[in-house]
Amino acid sequence: MTAVQGVAMQPRAEMRGISKRFAATQALDDVSLDLLPGEIHALVGENGAGKSTLVKILAGVHQPDSGTIWLDGEATQIHGPAHARALGIAVVHQEPRLFPDLTVAENVFIGHAPSGRLGTIDWGGTRRAAQALFGQLDVQFDVGAPVRGLSMADQQLIEIAKSLSVEARVLILDEPTASLSAHEVERLFAIVRRLRDRGVSILFVSHRLDEVFDLCDRATVFRDGRHVITTATSELTTADLVRHMVGRTVELFPKVETPVGDVLLEVEGLTKEGVFRDVGFSVRAGEIVGLAGLVGAGRTEVARVLFGIDQRDGGEIRLGGVPVDFASPSAAMHAGIAYLPEDRHQEGLVLDFTIAQNVTLPILPRLFPRFFVRASTERKVAHDYTEQFNVRMTGVDQLVGALSGGNQQKVVLAKWLASGPRILILDEPTRGIDIGAKVEVHRIISELAASGLGIVLISSDLPEVLAMSDRIVVLHEGRVTAEIPRDRATEERVMFAATGSAHFDRADGSPA
Amino acid sequence: MTAAVPVARPRGQWLSTLARQRELSLVAILILLGGLVTLTAPQFLTVANISQVAVLASVIAVAAVGEALVVITRNVDLSVEATIGLVAYGVARVLELHALDAAGAIVLGLGLGLVLGMINGLIVTLFRVPAIVATLGTLSIFRGVDYLIAGSHQVPLAGLPEGFTDAARDTFFGIPYFVLVAVVVVAIGSVILRSTRFGRQLYAVGSNPEAAAILGIPSRMVVFTAFSLCGLLAGAAGVLWVMEFGTINGTSATGVVLAVVAAVVVGGVNIFGGSGTLAGAALGALFLGFIANALILVGLSQFWLQAIYGVVILVAVTADAFILRRLKRANKRSGSR
Amino acid sequence: MAPVKGQPAWTRLVARWETLLVVALAGLVVLGTSLSPFFLTLGNFSNLIAALMEVAIMALAMTLIIVAGEIDLSVESMAGLASAILGFLWAAGVPLEAGIPIVLAVGALGGLMNGLLVARFGLPSLVVTLGTLALFRGLALIVLGPRGVSDFPPAFTQLGFGHVAGTLIPWPFVIFIGLALLLGIVLHRTWIGRHIYAIGKNTGAARFSGLRVTRIRVSLFVLSGLIAALAGIILTSRLSSARADAGAGMTLTVVTVVLLGGVNIFGGSGTIPGVVLAVLSVAVMQNALRLASVTVEVQSIALGLLLILSVVIPTFAHQAKSAVDRVRGGRPPPADSVPHGERALP
Repeated sequence: MTAVQGVAMQPRAEMRGISKRFAATQALDDVSLDLLPGEIHALVGENGAGKSTLVKILAGVHQPDSGTIWLDGEATQIHGPAHARALGIAVVHQEPRLFPDLTVAENVFIGHAPSGRLGTIDWGGTRRAAQALFGQLDVQFDVGAPVRGLSMADQQLIEIAKSLSVEARVLILDEPTASLSAHEVERLFAIVRRLRDRGVSILFVSHRLDEVFDLCDRATVFRDGRHVITTATSELTTADLVRHMVGRTVELFPKVETPVGDVLLEVEGLTKEGVFRDVGFSVRAGEIVGLAGLVGAGRTEVARVLFGIDQRDGGEIRLGGVPVDFASPSAAMHAGIAYLPEDRHQEGLVLDFTIAQNVTLPILPRLFPRFFVRASTERKVAHDYTEQFNVRMTGVDQLVGALSGGNQQKVVLAKWLASGPRILILDEPTRGIDIGAKVEVHRIISELAASGLGIVLISSDLPEVLAMSDRIVVLHEGRVTAEIPRDRATEERVMFAATGSAHFDRADGSPA
Repeated sequence: MTAAVPVARPRGQWLSTLARQRELSLVAILILLGGLVTLTAPQFLTVANISQVAVLASVIAVAAVGEALVVITRNVDLSVEATIGLVAYGVARVLELHALDAAGAIVLGLGLGLVLGMINGLIVTLFRVPAIVATLGTLSIFRGVDYLIAGSHQVPLAGLPEGFTDAARDTFFGIPYFVLVAVVVVAIGSVILRSTRFGRQLYAVGSNPEAAAILGIPSRMVVFTAFSLCGLLAGAAGVLWVMEFGTINGTSATGVVLAVVAAVVVGGVNIFGGSGTLAGAALGALFLGFIANALILVGLSQFWLQAIYGVVILVAVTADAFILRRLKRANKRSGSR
Repeated sequence: MAPVKGQPAWTRLVARWETLLVVALAGLVVLGTSLSPFFLTLGNFSNLIAALMEVAIMALAMTLIIVAGEIDLSVESMAGLASAILGFLWAAGVPLEAGIPIVLAVGALGGLMNGLLVARFGLPSLVVTLGTLALFRGLALIVLGPRGVSDFPPAFTQLGFGHVAGTLIPWPFVIFIGLALLLGIVLHRTWIGRHIYAIGKNTGAARFSGLRVTRIRVSLFVLSGLIAALAGIILTSRLSSARADAGAGMTLTVVTVVLLGGVNIFGGSGTIPGVVLAVLSVAVMQNALRLASVTVEVQSIALGLLLILSVVIPTFAHQAKSAVDRVRGGRPPPADSVPHGERALP
């Protein structure tokens, strides 16, 4: 019996009038949320809306400035993370917090492994108990294996088993699907639904609106730290949701029609043992080629080979008709290829450097052939490139770590633009960025294409790929399964190709 | 509806088998080495020689067990040699002055080692000084104190009470006492590591310090205890040192830290923490002891020893890295997509 | 989003760290003068500085290495190996004109070994240089054994022991200042230095920005080996004696001086001027201690304490600042502004 049947039930968890302030920011302003037993409740909102603060309050990491929390009808104060766990609140984070060198079973029961006689750990009992928990989730696991090397999806399952081991009654899933393939997402959802049917209350925090509609019974929208609406998902459309999140109607994906020029990049028969095979496509000036596929299909790996981070095992890459071979990113850069990596923080920016220093980092030897760096030149270059992107900053001497996600991404774009590329490879450029900044980034991408660049857009966001690309190349398990021109591109076609369900004739996108 | 997804068994098993293989391969190499050396120098395979080697190795092994505890938590203790030296001198001097009897001196030695270990622990956990820096500093401080106290004095063998040094030569049903001590230390330590909450916490803290902190594991207390135990065991090694060498001065045990770290690294304790066994560390010490012995018997000067320690450390670390890399690649290929 | 103050506390503190050092240096000089009227004389200065110059030039190279996020423990052993090879060659009749370049080449090769193991094979520099610390020392012992070689020509001993003609400035000091200027300019004024900082702060981002991370890392280790060999030569000259155990214990002093100079052990920050100030401070301190008849053993203790304090003080300063911030109701600092990021052993 799920919550939306209209039967009045006492909420498992209820929060009323919660406010939380950090220095100059009011992170939460008088928000409320309730979780009914046996429901999957979505918490949606842009970055900075207050979702993570609320989650942290429930998890016992922060204390609210005001407001009350009731658990099963009793007013409660959550003193800390350990207390939250004791109260039956469990959080599964985007990045699992497991111990790679310990076994699966030990990870599930970390801190509360069953003890045998003499107070020592009962390993046999731990293994059996872990096995039983996974059985409840209808998943098989070798519980004696170390966690190291297990996929993200498997690690998440372990986290869920962990929460079961403490008999969690409130399970919070924080952006759980970010690194999962579609198949793994389905498996996760099946497990979550099973938990719901057992009466667990689940709070599902996510950016992916399609998942919200697919999985959740009710949704709560936060905006700028305030509660906007709570309603059944069956009574909302995507447009409604976006409108509540953003507060205005937003035109998504402004794409500019661009005349297409010469072939800039050609990839033929590109192969890397065990990763991808026989990949081929071309990119023309002014063209946006979308690289679609499920997580793990090999798109980022192809990009890494194109950018010289990894080496190919076979096939050819041609720039302007000339075969090239990149031994390192700097070689690729000199040839005019730029790559915006997936992980902004680990790979895209040096957070401790200023905007100017980040923007000029790849081109320093070019800017200053006599080795000596001049700050004024740096600033000018940085200013020129960030200005056109409308980066919200106090100046090019501001530390990049102080900027918001969207603005940071613009700095990364500026940096790569300053290197004067002919080909720009973007890997998940709008991940983790709120809608307002997303639109701006899309606009920039369009303009870049219009200025004559060839763009490869790698994205797991189907609507984004569909709206932005002139052509979509779909990868499945390391092979190109389809090349779909814009006018024939639909979600179904792309998904079919991405899941390997059907093979399309390359030339015109019609089924083989 | 989702089908049950079996997680490939062979992948996970690899790591644990490889770890166990480390100890097995060490034993195998030891036997091989022993065979080779015996061919050139038959006196290698005598009970007397092997006992001697085992006795010397036991001293290092005891210290290596302590070092392993620290390394498992993703730290390092470079000051062990100074602790051994200081304790050795303290115990020898106290005995020479007849200030304490043998039992008392031993207790003093252990206690001193414990205190020195606790100092390291405090500096690392309370003052948040990275372990390399902290123990590099205490290495200098403890050694300085040792020189200060000892001056130019050397406690001669005769200054020690009758029979104190006999323990190094006595046996129990043919097995030298020292070896028994080392075995007992390894056994107790292994039980603690394997079956107690504290032991598992050591591994957890080394495997993923951030997660350990978030999950409420008292990381600082755990690390502090690891350093304290390391000091205690270094103190024990210091006591054994006196029994073994008899003559102690302010520079005793200089250079030992390399042997201890080499033993730990060779024994398969990962320098990044989170894995490794005490038995491995002890076997590593035995391995190094055998190499040192083989050197002498084969006729190479003992000056080769330092170089060999260096090569051994480098080879062990390189091998570990390659194994890990191959494992990761294997996982990625067969892992769920 | 709330505006975050421009510079993290750590950077500001380092900027003040050099001022702290200047103040400390001044204080030590005052202390020294009170101990002896000869303290501020050029003759005394010349003496007090000469003994530390081998450590000082190794510290300059070590600074670049630590800023890049690595460490080189093997420097003292390379100095010893250099001394041993020099002595061995000289005793075997090889002229110094050939011997010195050979020794320098060995230094570079040893550094190359370190660099390749760390940068190309991806091994942790702590363990690798611990291994080469043993290996190089071992090689030195194999080459020269326990003996010493001391019949070097006076022209050679001039290098370590002599002064610039007509002045009391020791040659090693000139070398040190020259090297400090060179490396200081490279680190602070060229893009090579910018690359080094980037690698130390975020290796991944550096690599993805087209920086030649491996090449830079290997070069830094080669530099460190080369300079350690140079230090060994200078040491041999100054003491007029080549020994396999030359330089024993120097690594500790080198690391102490670098950390004292405000360089963060985890990489990404620190300055050459700071390290130069630290060298001067340690020289003055050692001299003052000597004048005060403090024994070598106590000096060793003092050095160890200094090393630990040089990390404790900035940490405390930062913690104090965070506490003050919290009291003022600030938001908890974002995870990536903690100065000692949680990092595995370098």
